Amino acid sequence: MPSQDTIRFIPERCDGCGDCMTACAKAKGGASRISIVGSGGGGWDIALCRQCGDPKCVANCPAGALDKHYGSGIVGWSQDLCVDCHLCTIGCAYGGIVFESAAGHVQKCDLCDGTPACVPACGKGALEHLSAAARLHETHADKEDLFVPGLSACQGCNSELLIRHTMRRIGRNSVVAAPPGCIPGMGTVGYNGQTGAKMPIFHPLLTNTAAMLAGVKRQYERRGKDITVVALAGDGGAVDVGFQSLSGAAERGERILFICVDNEGYMNTGMQASGSTPFGSWTSTTPVGTVERGKSTDGKYLPQLMMGHGCAYVATASTAFLDDYHTKLEKALAASRTGFAYLHVHAPCPTGWRFPAAMTTEVCRRQVESNFVTLWEFTAEDGLRFTHAVDRPRPLSDYVGMIGKYKHLGNAEIERIQASVNRRVAFLKGFCRQPSAAE
Amino acid sequence: MTDTHAHYLIVGSSHAGREALAAIRMADPKGRLVMLSREGRMPYSPTILPYVASGRSQPDRVGLADAEWFTENAAELVLNAQVVAVDPAARAVRLADGRRWTYDKLLLATGAEPVVPPVKGLDRVRYHVLRTLDDALSIRERSTQARRAVVLGAGLVGMHAAETMAAAGLDVTMVEMRPHVLAEYFDPKASALIRQTFERHSVRMMMGRRLLWAMETVPGSCRLGLDDGTELEADLLLVAAGVRPAMAMLADSGITIDKGILVDDRMRTAAPGIWAAGDVAQARGFLTGVPVVNGTLPEAVEQGRIAGMDMASDPDLIPYGGGIPLNTYGFFGRHAMAVGTAAVPEGDGIETVTDEGNGQNGYCRIVLKDNRLIGLAAIDRVMDAGILWRLILRRTDLSPVRQQFLSHPLETARALMSRGWR
Ligand SMILES: Cc1cc2nc3c(=O)[nH]c(=O)nc-3n(C[C@H](O)[C@H](O)[C@H](O)COP(=O)(O)OP(=O)(O)OC[C@H]3O[C@@H](n4cnc5c(N)ncnc54)[C@H](O)[C@@H]3O)c2cc1C
Repeated sequence: MPSQDTIRFIPERCDGCGDCMTACAKAKGGASRISIVGSGGGGWDIALCRQCGDPKCVANCPAGALDKHYGSGIVGWSQDLCVDCHLCTIGCAYGGIVFESAAGHVQKCDLCDGTPACVPACGKGALEHLSAAARLHETHADKEDLFVPGLSACQGCNSELLIRHTMRRIGRNSVVAAPPGCIPGMGTVGYNGQTGAKMPIFHPLLTNTAAMLAGVKRQYERRGKDITVVALAGDGGAVDVGFQSLSGAAERGERILFICVDNEGYMNTGMQASGSTPFGSWTSTTPVGTVERGKSTDGKYLPQLMMGHGCAYVATASTAFLDDYHTKLEKALAASRTGFAYLHVHAPCPTGWRFPAAMTTEVCRRQVESNFVTLWEFTAEDGLRFTHAVDRPRPLSDYVGMIGKYKHLGNAEIERIQASVNRRVAFLKGFCRQPSAAE
Repeated sequence: MTDTHAHYLIVGSSHAGREALAAIRMADPKGRLVMLSREGRMPYSPTILPYVASGRSQPDRVGLADAEWFTENAAELVLNAQVVAVDPAARAVRLADGRRWTYDKLLLATGAEPVVPPVKGLDRVRYHVLRTLDDALSIRERSTQARRAVVLGAGLVGMHAAETMAAAGLDVTMVEMRPHVLAEYFDPKASALIRQTFERHSVRMMMGRRLLWAMETVPGSCRLGLDDGTELEADLLLVAAGVRPAMAMLADSGITIDKGILVDDRMRTAAPGIWAAGDVAQARGFLTGVPVVNGTLPEAVEQGRIAGMDMASDPDLIPYGGGIPLNTYGFFGRHAMAVGTAAVPEGDGIETVTDEGNGQNGYCRIVLKDNRLIGLAAIDRVMDAGILWRLILRRTDLSPVRQQFLSHPLETARALMSRGWR
């Protein structure tokens, strides 16, 4: 089933003003198809068609008047075919299709042909029109999936998602290196003589990934072959143990793409702390007890260090914003033809950080919405550019509160993390190109 | 393996069968899936038929599933295939024309068929029933010549048909032996509001009357005698006096039947490898625990889905919670709905709260037991029937919001439900 557009509701921002309803009623003429609901305790929610994947309103229609369009994702309604039995309303648990007496028939949201009127009408930022998944599907769905099924990543791990997307894009004309870590651990380089990817993939040492790839690339170049050469390394293999060869390859401008998948620790060997582990985190080597309160120092921020290496391209990414990731992957692949490209992708770990497996994408999203993770790209010519600037960041506690490894933290410690987040954002802003006097 | 062996064999091509087919394909993309239909036409819903009879819906545009849909679902539809016998031991069914199909798993989704009451002379006059597209087309044809129509039975079938005939300009009389229309869904007050609307649209409503005899006058037309002595003339007689599950093919099968085919909460019959769903099935009633034949479209969908999931061993199956009466009903531009036991009288721990909207603004009757919703009927009120259905099935405790619920059922129900939206 293709990915589809959707309207996202952010309840914390809604104040129940009803501007979305006014806008909908105006755009559609008649009653609003989005309806603000007081959800008790002063909170708000919306009754709105979810454009379900397997819609029950459609199943309940005897007239063929409702139809799920698998291209646009919209559950469409035909006035022509409808016989006003209203049985569709029995199917819906979201108040998404409702009989309106003024109109004399049922009504539902049709996403206004891709530009929903309610979204810009919300001055509080409580509605967002998410269309990236549908666009990505259009561009990438037909490409070959080069990652085999049945890999043994932990439930909820976003690395598999990331690797599938990446491999689809880079294609078979590539060589991939996956140094020790969760990525080979889940079967990427294979088990028992069978590989987990349908392209050449190998397992270098933790310490020499960038150096080996540099050699591979040079050899191909010598033979006149243009091969995409990519590292899929963990934070251990990039930030700590692998840093020396990474730094050297970047400084020499080796024409490779190095992707660091950062889960903030050595997760596959038992959740030990790495240089990337943030302050306050519980890990098996930074325990929480009467003396220790998790990690006592801030994590090392490798993407910032990579800016100082004269790379052709440096960027950060999050799997909650895959469109942003794909844009950066595109640029990084192009940059890896002329110099060193570095992508730093954040990978919250349900097993090691202790949050429910179903929440990974929400965790990723909150990392970005709280500015704990910033999404940006950097080139020497254009400086740093935020690709998903967050104007109204969530309080850090919205993010930290979801994660078990921070469970023991008190307000003072959360404030300390908040302060370092604020410092980092301010610091990164310093790398943005200043508009010249003429602009 | 022969070409008349199916891993999944579905008998009946309407709501329950279609939903089961879709559910099977979600869990098992491969196993051979064959649907048998007695009809010579592509699948359609009986519910659409009054609109075909009136001409509002075009018979070629009422399909529930087209050839493309079957291709997409890698399923085969066999038309003109009426099952007349089931042999559970041999895992085989026999068709009217002698063909035989074998199966690993069989779903009986044969729905219901009209009941014709034993009325003197009825078998010697021309009358109509309404369950198939052919029935609807023959009513449509007759309507063009007829002037006076009589509809026997004020259930959903009769009411829909009477409305569409009145809209088509016929002089319509309804005869119903119970005192109220749609008595299984609406309490007497709500029924009266619906009846009055029909009367305002010049439909004669003869309630509490029984048909005693019928006699042909001129070919095609008849005279009807009621128990109070009234005589009616009809050029078009529609018998809509109820339906019964279509399970004649089970006569010698040994499968347990009562009013319908008895099924458990996974829609399994007593025979291994055989499921039943929809109007033909008799499944657990939610409020009573006693098995009932529900006979509504949403329940057919619900049961079809469960049967399909179970046939394909879908691990996400949630067993049937039990059926409740459910209906939405549009009539003469108005809107009525009933969810749960909305018609029961007060007393015996049952509380009812009725809001008659000053006779202007619609009607709403809420039925509670132990501060839990067990039924709600409304006319011309915006209500989310689907949300109310789930509040009943979840036995949601309304005590904390009782007053709000009684005064603002729409908003309060949405608020309660919204807790599960994210
Ligand atoms: C006029 C009318 C109005 C209605 N209005 C409403 C309404 O407003 N709301 C509501 O909820 N419900 C309504 N209903 C009821 C609703 O249509 C049914 O509940 C629903 O269609 C049941 O679906 P089903 O799949 O169980 O059975 P059915 O729809 O009855 O389908 C059974 C199928 O099986 C086929 N079949 C039967 N026997 C055999 C056999 N031996 N071999 C092969 N094939 C066979 C039939 O041809 C048919 O296609 C109405 C029904 C009618 C007739």
